[in-house]
Amino acid sequence: MSEDWQSYVRRIEELAARSGLNFHPVDFEAVPDSFMMEIAVYGLPVRMPHWSFGVRYIYQLIQRHMGNSRLFEVVFPGNPGHAYLAASNGLAENVLVTAHVLGHADFSKNNMLFQRCQGQVSEHIVEHAANHARQIQQAIEQYGRERVESVLDAALALEQHIDVDQELRRQRYPEYLSDAKPIVDDDFRKRFAKLDPAAAFNFTEVKKKAPVPPHPERDLLWFIASYAPDMESWERDIFLAVREESFYFYPVFATQIMNEGWASYWHARLLREADFIPQQAYLDAIKCHSDVVRPIAADQQVSLNINPYHLGFSMWEKIIENEGLEAARTIMQQDDDFGFVRNYLTRELADELGMFRFSARSDGQVKVLEHDLTALHESVIHHKYNFGAPSVAAKHVRVDGTLELAHDHTVDGRGLDLERSRRVLEYVHKVWRRPVILHTVDQQGSGLELKTS
Amino acid sequence: MEDRSGTSSPSGLTKWYELFSRGARDWLRHDEKVRDSVRENLPQIVAGADVINDTAKTVRVPVRMLEHYHFRLRKPDEQQGAGQGAAKPGDVLQGPQRQRGAGEKGPGGQDEGEVQLMLELKIDDIVDWLWEEMQLPNLKARVGPSEETDWIREGWDRRGARSRLDRRRSFKQLVKRRGNPNAIPTFTDDDLRFRQLARRKQPAIHAVVFFMLDVSGSMSDRDRKLAKSFFFWVVQGLRREYRSMETVFVAHTTEAWEFSEPEFFQVSGTGGTVASTGFSKVREIIDERYNPGRCNIYLFYASDGDNSMGDNALARDTLRSIAQDACYTGYVEVSSGLSRQLATETGRLYAELASSGMAAGSYALNDHDDVWGAVRHFFTAESKAVDT
Repeated sequence: MSEDWQSYVRRIEELAARSGLNFHPVDFEAVPDSFMMEIAVYGLPVRMPHWSFGVRYIYQLIQRHMGNSRLFEVVFPGNPGHAYLAASNGLAENVLVTAHVLGHADFSKNNMLFQRCQGQVSEHIVEHAANHARQIQQAIEQYGRERVESVLDAALALEQHIDVDQELRRQRYPEYLSDAKPIVDDDFRKRFAKLDPAAAFNFTEVKKKAPVPPHPERDLLWFIASYAPDMESWERDIFLAVREESFYFYPVFATQIMNEGWASYWHARLLREADFIPQQAYLDAIKCHSDVVRPIAADQQVSLNINPYHLGFSMWEKIIENEGLEAARTIMQQDDDFGFVRNYLTRELADELGMFRFSARSDGQVKVLEHDLTALHESVIHHKYNFGAPSVAAKHVRVDGTLELAHDHTVDGRGLDLERSRRVLEYVHKVWRRPVILHTVDQQGSGLELKTS
Repeated sequence: MEDRSGTSSPSGLTKWYELFSRGARDWLRHDEKVRDSVRENLPQIVAGADVINDTAKTVRVPVRMLEHYHFRLRKPDEQQGAGQGAAKPGDVLQGPQRQRGAGEKGPGGQDEGEVQLMLELKIDDIVDWLWEEMQLPNLKARVGPSEETDWIREGWDRRGARSRLDRRRSFKQLVKRRGNPNAIPTFTDDDLRFRQLARRKQPAIHAVVFFMLDVSGSMSDRDRKLAKSFFFWVVQGLRREYRSMETVFVAHTTEAWEFSEPEFFQVSGTGGTVASTGFSKVREIIDERYNPGRCNIYLFYASDGDNSMGDNALARDTLRSIAQDACYTGYVEVSSGLSRQLATETGRLYAELASSGMAAGSYALNDHDDVWGAVRHFFTAESKAVDT
């Protein structure tokens, strides 16, 4: 990386601070493209080993060979934040990326969802994840690769099944139902009291064991780690390590449109205002910007995907233009993508951006649907509900230890893919070590029970 | 903030990520899992593979990348999404496409675009695995010396003929000895390593194996393919166990012919079935070329079991005369259509033969999955027969 860029970083940071951005310091590091790719595959610079990452790695490699994707930066929030820049970036790209990273740093420090999750996970997720990787490596040495792998098969298969509304370090359920209290308002007891007034006042309900779980539990990682009848402690630790990383990933996932849009808005704006950048670098950077926020590939008329950079960027521009920067900052602090899209993606803006809804039939036919703003909002965000996973909850543990999972098809609108579900049950069975049952519905909508052998 | 370590890493220090790729490590693990699962299902996979018409030494098996399963919703018939660009309500952006539906059958078909790996397996390796996996016994000789010796490579030594210098080993020695990695490498005599030869006993069986196939009209293409794939794996297996093995290939309808191996695997015919012609041909070849006193004779016959009415007596006699000279005679009944379980004329011939104390056995081959069952059946049975 050139020394030129070095000299700009500080000035861009000063400019950002003057423009009202409020961020923790960021450590920049230039890394080879191959390592950038691994960061993208694993989601974290150092993460636990698992063969499924190998599959993603190959897909990434293929993508890259086809020239479909290029990564400029990956940034991890924290105090300090860590930003990894591709060593192949040119000066202009690095200038742009620096500004972009500061936008992310501002976002992750001030957005409340990020604040909450970072409050739980700590501001050092990069170090935590590296530590998990090390623990798991030790487990592999101690218990063998096969055993550790089967625990990771289960834990990573359930990685989206957490409950961020609960604490990261959750207490176990209370063992008994609410405290035993005297009961008097009962016809039987009233009459009984008449017979023997002395006995009646001592009448207290026997303490009742609370059922486990007391309510359907959607944090499957926590539930299994806490209540599996026969799991070893190192296996529980692996489940909790995966869960902690999921707590970190959730805000990144749930604010992608806002966050990328915010960073894109700020890199564009800081670049415009940075009079110290040479003309040529500025032009190159703007060119790079327009490639990043381009909604549709150059050789296409339409796209069946929404580019979150473009959507977020356009929305923030509109909001700041109409309501001012202060209001925008408030929105940035308080919303996630669900609220952001529903509240601020207006009919007018959607038309301006040429957004449409479509339906794709299983035979491949794709048809554009009528305009309907509410439905459009849903189409943009529906894949993000519940961390992108079906609503599966632990419902009951039977006396013999059988775990009953239930899929709420009324929320998701249809049943689960049976073949995949069966495989997931097999993974879970290996750590739960008792039968595992899953309730869902079939194609016709009638109830169905999958069971491990 | 000031620590921009990546840009000014002290010279001489290499970052760990330049030396090690997690992605590659996990990919190798994935690969290993694929190979394991292929190996577990090898008998099914190779039995179904179209190897016979191929003179190549490898079998290519298409495999999908493994999927790490998650809970997913069932794929809906119709999916809604959001897009961007120049499109009006009612526009059809893509017509129905045929090939897209194909990927939906199994899991793993839908996301990320399908990538298929072609796993190339050497036939030699497969046979190794299978022989090991199925624990097939070695054949035992009835006549002739049971072992012969041969030279094979074994170990290294500091002295040896120049022609057996192992350069790779020698270089390793040089590297081990050398203290300073930057010095120019110079070999000394102590570094040199020579491959050594050792005398090793090899089982030696002077054997001839007859493969006889019914190619009459009643055998469907599928039947023939099944029988050939059984023969193919038997030949592969036997050939690697016994170096001095001869093979004879005979096919018959109402007549019988001897074929070379490649021709045999291509042959097809029409017409009726007269099994005795085949047996007579085998008999004739034995008499001409192989002395039962000095040679172990095996016969494997594949047919659908239908023999023409008047031929049974003759077939029985010829078969019996061969069986008396042979170490073992086996019969595979290929009946992909109806599973008659050996209740056929030819089936009965062999049953009689076995019950009269001769080394004979039968197996009903209905499906590709049975091919290895058949191989196992004959080789286990054969070794018992020879043992007793």
